[in-house]
Amino acid sequence: MSGAAIGIGTARASVKRSQRAQSILIHTVLIAGGIIVMIPLAWMLSTSLKPPHQITKFPPIWIPEPFVWSNYYRAVTIFPVSFVVFVRNSMYMSLMITLGTVLSNAIVAFAFARLTFRGSRVLFIIVLSTMMLPQQVTMIPLFILFSKFGWINTYNPLIVPHFFANAYFVFLLRQFYTTIPRELDDAARIDGCGVIGLFIRILLPLSKPALGITAIFAFSWAWNEFLGPLIYLSRMETFPLAIALSFLRAAHGVLWSELMVVSFIAMLPPVLLFFVAQKHYIQGIVITGVKG
Amino acid sequence: MSAQAQSGQTALTRILSSNFWSRRTLRQREELIAYLLVSPWVIGFLVFIVGPMLTSLGLSFTETDLFTLEFVGIENYTKLLSFDTTRTLFWTTLYNTAYYVFLSIPLTISVGFFIAVLLNQNISGQPTYRIVYYLPAVIPGIATSLLWLWLFQPEFGLINWALSLVGIEGPRWLFDRSTAKMALVLMSVWGAGSNMLIFLAGLQGIPTELYEAATIDGAGIWRRFRNITIPMISPTLFFVVVTQIIWSSQVFTNVYVMTEGKGGPANATLMMVLYLYQVAFRQYRMGYASAYAWIFFLILLTFTLLLFRSSKAWVYYETEIGGQRS
Repeated sequence: MSGAAIGIGTARASVKRSQRAQSILIHTVLIAGGIIVMIPLAWMLSTSLKPPHQITKFPPIWIPEPFVWSNYYRAVTIFPVSFVVFVRNSMYMSLMITLGTVLSNAIVAFAFARLTFRGSRVLFIIVLSTMMLPQQVTMIPLFILFSKFGWINTYNPLIVPHFFANAYFVFLLRQFYTTIPRELDDAARIDGCGVIGLFIRILLPLSKPALGITAIFAFSWAWNEFLGPLIYLSRMETFPLAIALSFLRAAHGVLWSELMVVSFIAMLPPVLLFFVAQKHYIQGIVITGVKG
Repeated sequence: MSAQAQSGQTALTRILSSNFWSRRTLRQREELIAYLLVSPWVIGFLVFIVGPMLTSLGLSFTETDLFTLEFVGIENYTKLLSFDTTRTLFWTTLYNTAYYVFLSIPLTISVGFFIAVLLNQNISGQPTYRIVYYLPAVIPGIATSLLWLWLFQPEFGLINWALSLVGIEGPRWLFDRSTAKMALVLMSVWGAGSNMLIFLAGLQGIPTELYEAATIDGAGIWRRFRNITIPMISPTLFFVVVTQIIWSSQVFTNVYVMTEGKGGPANATLMMVLYLYQVAFRQYRMGYASAYAWIFFLILLTFTLLLFRSSKAWVYYETEIGGQRS
């Protein structure tokens, strides 16, 4: 009897052992992959702090000797226009786009999630199908239209369309609204709440996380926007950060320290937002399946 | 003035209490409000999508540079799709884009899926791994492009150094027409973390009872993976494939930055959207560019529809269980 017990015991132990071996193997693969993912970023930081003669060393030097912090100052003062201007432009564009995105999509998604109206199903299918549309097919007529408005070299062409809702965010917010129990609506209705009251007093306060993630996505995408600003902005004082960086690349293609410095600065806002809100961020990506 | 305000106010209350409102039922009134609330999207759809698309179609039969406009019939299309490759760059750009899309999608999907499967094995520290692998997807395209330009640098770049460690003499990557596209593909794998997240969510949605039942029935790891994981993840896979095709065929920022807007060397990285940009906004041939944009759109549309068509054969939906559909 005791022999049988020992047999079971060793069997269990061997199962446990194989599980541990498996878990160690998985961790090893994941850590190795993680290191490969992180190496380029480490290399970016390292390059940004190197003295010039260490940049072209082969094999490469990982830790700069000494740390040249003045690279940062030199990189941001290399432009004919103050670097602050680019940051301000990017901030202005991103914040305005965020404002328009949150406002318009919160409202439109509410109608699709909670109100019954003829044609709502068809309309929603059209909304979803616009996700598949490449923006390039509307790019040229919109450019002609906005140039007739005199909007070239202004931020209007980049900002105004975001005040008219967007399929991704309508979908994201609608999905979120539908998770809020309908009983709340009924209770509010009995208390004499109208449709608008229901929206403002019940749904909006309960959807703060979803609205937050909408704002974060909108801000990050706007910050990363490239093709739009490239088309509409040609004067340097109007450049957002992304276009200023591509200008630096064209003008000084081999100043690697400086290029890495400005790249690092440009990636800070979206990366910090990601770290701060990573739980909601990941939820948002899972709902819409859109990359950030 | 106050009298005016007052009369204005009474007019307003009269309208509000008028037959217009009261004769309508609550439902009808709500419907009106609903239309009002969706109107921003409807207006945006008409002004920023439908209108421009039709205009673009119209422009594709003209040659225009913003100041003059001349009707040319289908000449733009015949020129673009001409088989004489000295007259058109269309086939070059189509080939480059297809090369990029059809190499980068299987790579990013399989890498993303592989990491998701590993992360789904009840592993400790999952949130940390998720952040690390997803991080590249958050970084602005311009920063990624400059960084990878530096990594691919033939003499002092990190990649060729790593290759030299294993005794391979690295190619000249972006400066060589035979490796330039491959460099872009490799760079795209760095962003595979965005697929990983979506796959992970799909994997976590598979009920564990299915695996337990299969284990009791004696199914091994491979059979469980083949007969449970694969069919259950197929809707997610379908979604990822469709969105990836649409997104990656629009590749622009990295090619623009890394090749200084030229798509070189020798047009080896001239992608469809980059060429569209050149024709429309560097050469100001808006009519020709419109025709090109429409062809691009139709190609994408065909692919998407074909994928949806094929999905019946390989995408498994849970509602099919037991052959009962409501």
